[in-house]
Amino acid sequence: MDFNRRHILGLEELSAEEITLILDTAESMKEVSKRDVKKVPALRGVTVCNLFYEPSTRTRSSFEIAEKRLSADVLNFTLSHSSVSKGETLLDTARNLEAMGASVIVIRHPMSGAPWLLAKELDSSIINAGDGSHEHPSQALLDLFTIREIKGNIEGLKVLVVGDILHSRVARSNIWGLLKLGAEVRVAGPPTLIPSHIENINVKTYYNLEDAVKGVDVVIMLRIQMERQDSEFFPSLREYARFYGLKREKLKLAAKDVVVMHPGPINRGIELSSDIADDAGSVILDQVSNGIAVRMAMFYLVASGGGNS
Amino acid sequence: MSILIKGGRIIDPSQDIDKVTNVLIEDGTIKSFPRSATKYEKDRKTQVINARGKIVSPGFVDIHVHLREPGFEHKETIKTGCDSAAAGGFTTIVCMPNTNPVNDNASVTEYILLKARTEGKVNVFPIGAITKGEKGESLAQIGEMYEAGCVGVSDDGMPVMNSKVMRHAMEYVKAFDIPVISHAEDKNLSGSGVMNEGEMSTRLGLEGIPCASEDVMVSRDINVAELTGAHLHICHVSSEASVRLIRAAKKRGVRVTAEVTPHHFTLTDKAVDSYDTNAKMNPPLRGEADMKACIEGLKDGTLDVIATDHAPHSEDEKKVEFNLAPFGIVGLETALPLSLKLVEDKVLTLNQVISKLTDAPSAILKLNRGTLKKGAPADVVIFDPKKKVKIDRETFHSKSKNTPFHGWELKGEINYTIVNGKVVYSA
Repeated sequence: MDFNRRHILGLEELSAEEITLILDTAESMKEVSKRDVKKVPALRGVTVCNLFYEPSTRTRSSFEIAEKRLSADVLNFTLSHSSVSKGETLLDTARNLEAMGASVIVIRHPMSGAPWLLAKELDSSIINAGDGSHEHPSQALLDLFTIREIKGNIEGLKVLVVGDILHSRVARSNIWGLLKLGAEVRVAGPPTLIPSHIENINVKTYYNLEDAVKGVDVVIMLRIQMERQDSEFFPSLREYARFYGLKREKLKLAAKDVVVMHPGPINRGIELSSDIADDAGSVILDQVSNGIAVRMAMFYLVASGGGNS
Repeated sequence: MSILIKGGRIIDPSQDIDKVTNVLIEDGTIKSFPRSATKYEKDRKTQVINARGKIVSPGFVDIHVHLREPGFEHKETIKTGCDSAAAGGFTTIVCMPNTNPVNDNASVTEYILLKARTEGKVNVFPIGAITKGEKGESLAQIGEMYEAGCVGVSDDGMPVMNSKVMRHAMEYVKAFDIPVISHAEDKNLSGSGVMNEGEMSTRLGLEGIPCASEDVMVSRDINVAELTGAHLHICHVSSEASVRLIRAAKKRGVRVTAEVTPHHFTLTDKAVDSYDTNAKMNPPLRGEADMKACIEGLKDGTLDVIATDHAPHSEDEKKVEFNLAPFGIVGLETALPLSLKLVEDKVLTLNQVISKLTDAPSAILKLNRGTLKKGAPADVVIFDPKKKVKIDRETFHSKSKNTPFHGWELKGEINYTIVNGKVVYSA
């Protein structure tokens, strides 16, 4: 099939076929990453701008490597959080980048929907690198890629996402991707961090981690934001870790060959007990290297398909 | 100069009139309903307006408008707001006090009225603030604002969170017999929410404002109105439970009235999809059941009036990240066609819709407008309820174009708007 999109904004709007196409393309991109000369000319002459309104060394580096392996010219533009509400508007900033020749803009922004605003108003291709509490498509795609690589298939798997679902863009994108590819999705966390009406989109909600983990094939642990403990969402990190931290005895309730994933960086002893973090370490590193392949695939498809003509 | 409106269908709910006849306007007031037009057609001093096939009703009254002046003239001025009202068939508008400076003392009230008199095409009645600076702490100069011309008090946009302050406000206004107009919202419960809390907010990853943040305040305000005996008017009702609370309160005789906006009885939070900032308002667009409850409330009289909550914002202010965009949409120039949809959907009769836009709002604030009684100021609108219209924001008379209804095909065209016997708008 052809990929007819100019932007990749989120997994909610992608079809199962489109997601599969990205994952399949990522497999050939992964092969590129294993060569001695890790470079193909797919984006030669294309200027890609990484427009980051949140500090994120990992995601930005992963995008940058992906861009460079495709021979793109890369422009990094990192703005502080405070410049969002003061000074130049997002649209004005992005238009400036277009004027500098950028035809693909990768945007990370603390507010949900910011990439949609750019997609509506600009000529460039927009890649969402995480918007507010909304979507983080490249992270979910690399999670799907990693799961598929380990399990062979996504369909029919039982996948549990644990933690702050309310504020998590990783959770939302993963939920859409997993549901579309035929997995059963569960979420678990304190009721204050489970968003309203999530059961409407075919997700099972658990407040008790033991119940949630029973029989699951994959557990995706979300990083807990330290600042949440000072708000009224839960009493303390200690209590959070006690009820929603993944420990060995709880994990025993899962399927025998359960895979534990984490988008990183891990708070050891909080989301994951240290021994599980060590065991899961290899998968988590796989996620990181798969991230480059998946992002290369996203650029490749956007540039060659609906394209930036 | 006199005007004869010839051959229209006169609908005036204030007098229970619905018949085809002529209306004679003289010296700025309604003179009579003459049977024959012939005599006036020959009189060169009389302007004859042919209204055959059209509806002739009292000019509409909108008791919830933001005119933005003083302070936010880039969004709207008293002049442009009045122009917008006239184009929408409104002859009387009531403006909210959240200007800069806030209308919390008589000098601001006088400024607004002076501007309206000299630059405005339609009648303007101001609402004063309940508390100084709309801070919710101490009472504004309510008596002096009343003397200067304010017809009610409200901290619209900023709820009075302190129940004791609300109690004192409701007690105090009894001396002037004006209503306390409540923007019912528990700000703590709303948090930094930007849309309705529900499946859509979960999908979009936006912080939600639950219906409960409206409901708890509607409930509190009804209780305080019961305690004090004051007239409480609830702004822009949006939730099913609030409609239920108001219905029950009315039943047991509490002095409570309520309004609903066209957008709350027309749209749901699905309109926020793809982050349309023109679907961002407060209270937010709610779910399907809430929208239906608002319609039901209009039908059974729980919601007394249609008011637009006309809230102009410039294009630059709205063309930003959803979280950063201000709440509110313009409403004066889309109110009639959206309200007429209720007639087409057989929710209300045409006469009921007109009543909710004329005598009912006038009665809530004792404006003595919204009627074609003999001797009343000649505020009249002539419109064609069947004429197809396509909403085009570029044709708006308002300074701002922030509407979610751009491109909608509806019915209902304003032909003439007459204020105090003067034609202020004609299509």
